[in-house]
Amino acid sequence: MSVKSLNKPANWSSADPHFRPNRRRRAIMDPLFRWVCFFATFLGVVFLGTVLGAVFLRVLYPAGAGAKSGIPLGERFSDACALLRRLVVNKPGIEASEVGYRVGLVGSAWLLLFVILIAVPVGVGAALYLEEYTGKSRWKTLVQTNIANLAGVPSIVYGLLGLTLFQRGLGFKSLALGPCVLAGSLTLSLLILPVIVIATQEALRAVPQSLRLAALALGATRWQMIRDHLLPTAAPGILTGTILGVSRAIGETAPLLMVGAAASLLKVTRGPLDRYTALPVEIFYNAKEPDESFSTVAAGGILLLLCLLLTMNFFAIWIRQRTSKRPGLAGSMRTKRGG
Amino acid sequence: MGRVQWKSPGRFLHWQERLVHMILAIFAVITILTTIGILVVLGTETYQFFIKAETTPFEFLTSRKLEPEADPPKFGIVPLIWGTMVVTFGSCVIALPIGLASAIYLSEYAGSLTRSILKPALEILAGVPTIVYGYLALMLVTPALRYTLELVGIKVDTYNAASAAIVVGIMIIPMVSSLSEDVLRAVPQGLREAAYGLGATKFEVCTQVVVPAGLSGIMASFILAFSRAIGETMAVVLAAGQLPQISGNIFTSVQTMTAYIVSVTSGDAPFGTAEHLSLYAVGSVLFLITLCLNLFSGWILRHYREEYS
Repeated sequence: MSVKSLNKPANWSSADPHFRPNRRRRAIMDPLFRWVCFFATFLGVVFLGTVLGAVFLRVLYPAGAGAKSGIPLGERFSDACALLRRLVVNKPGIEASEVGYRVGLVGSAWLLLFVILIAVPVGVGAALYLEEYTGKSRWKTLVQTNIANLAGVPSIVYGLLGLTLFQRGLGFKSLALGPCVLAGSLTLSLLILPVIVIATQEALRAVPQSLRLAALALGATRWQMIRDHLLPTAAPGILTGTILGVSRAIGETAPLLMVGAAASLLKVTRGPLDRYTALPVEIFYNAKEPDESFSTVAAGGILLLLCLLLTMNFFAIWIRQRTSKRPGLAGSMRTKRGG
Repeated sequence: MGRVQWKSPGRFLHWQERLVHMILAIFAVITILTTIGILVVLGTETYQFFIKAETTPFEFLTSRKLEPEADPPKFGIVPLIWGTMVVTFGSCVIALPIGLASAIYLSEYAGSLTRSILKPALEILAGVPTIVYGYLALMLVTPALRYTLELVGIKVDTYNAASAAIVVGIMIIPMVSSLSEDVLRAVPQGLREAAYGLGATKFEVCTQVVVPAGLSGIMASFILAFSRAIGETMAVVLAAGQLPQISGNIFTSVQTMTAYIVSVTSGDAPFGTAEHLSLYAVGSVLFLITLCLNLFSGWILRHYREEYS
């Protein structure tokens, strides 16, 4: 039906003279609104494409000194690969054509290791406690509200906490860790703790009650029930939330700047009490350089970081998609970042 | 033929049970301790700051001069709050309509195929670290703004509030969208069908039934996004620069509260000086603002939630 035919119905007569059907406007607004909404959603894809595209192009078409023009695309690709290889292998330096992210990558790997070791047991444990060991009580509401609020605290405030509590030990010399990997990892762990707790709680809630009752009825203790039945069933959901949380920790820059991540470190970190720096921190300092050729170095670092993070996120989303097809656990394993 | 005797595992399991319970309780208490830690650290160090800097909280909150390196140093947080608000409001102007519209599309219009493409894209966009947005602002958004606006004769600085607002806006779109979508999906199907039954178009169902029904939740998600934009650091540091000034021009540099914290940390103010302690004072204000917003958003959700049964 066209707009015109809608506007003039055949047997048009109305008892109420104030009745205005506004058919034309309604017939236009309806598809218009649909397209506006679609476009808004599609912008998300456009922005994602812009982010990835801009970084890719900067790596393919380096700026500043040493930039070549008029060479074929194939050569550009091999140049870009050589650039990335160099960025992985080399340490920081003064010349843009020499610097690399080796120290930052190693530092990030250390952080990743310790964040997993600290945040995952604590986060999953706290969620288990809230879901399985406490009933509805004032205590539970308190902890729950507290976690929800912690999820909204800006990351830089965690940085201030880490700086005072872990790096400087509240002013006590014997408690101070100094600017080391462990201080950074503890800070990041506190930062992502709420994310992991909330995700684990959702995964646990999705496990049917009958599973718990069956295990308990056969004489299992509560912990046996949790260890042998609950955790394996909820594992995909927990894993998804954990990966998303950890990938957030790896991408964080601000709190690490506070907790003593070095601007440029020449020595590769060898232990938990060594000085450290992280990939995003090095990217930050390279991006700040006014020299254009450092912009390419920063883009290369971002490409490395994004490869790492997007693989992790993609994996997390894939696990969730795969499990949500299973009946009985459908739908509820959704995890949001932050909150 | 020996008789198999059932042995009660009794004591060991009993102790295991109690131990596990205790450990898990300690883990839960850690989350509470984190909050207490934040409050104690910010509280004591802010107190130290007011003593060292010989200023009063009132003066700190109302003075329009921020010159930490001057002699005598002046600490007024108003320029920082101004900068934060310019960037935050700008980003919300971008993110809230787009986020809400995409939430409506994903919840009301999208088929399963479109959804399965668009939704992961938004989620991956949410997973891009903020430093990347900062780099993008510096490399792409600011030059683009410069190029287009210089045609109409507006001067755009290298560091400017507008490009920070744009990238922060892009950053919080996925958050608005996913939180609002959850709310819209929770609106019962019966309401939509009743409206269709009265002859409403889909547009009318969306704007006059579904969105009003989920309004409290949408508001809550808006406030959370606002608070997130306030706490955003790296993108703002790279895009908006480090110049604490109160200016109506959004194409000039501003300093946000988070940017101030970063600039003092990467500066060389020694521990314990008034300049270094001002970190905590600014951090306290930042923490209190975001905390109030988060509590407010939770309160809206609890008190204005429409109960359907």
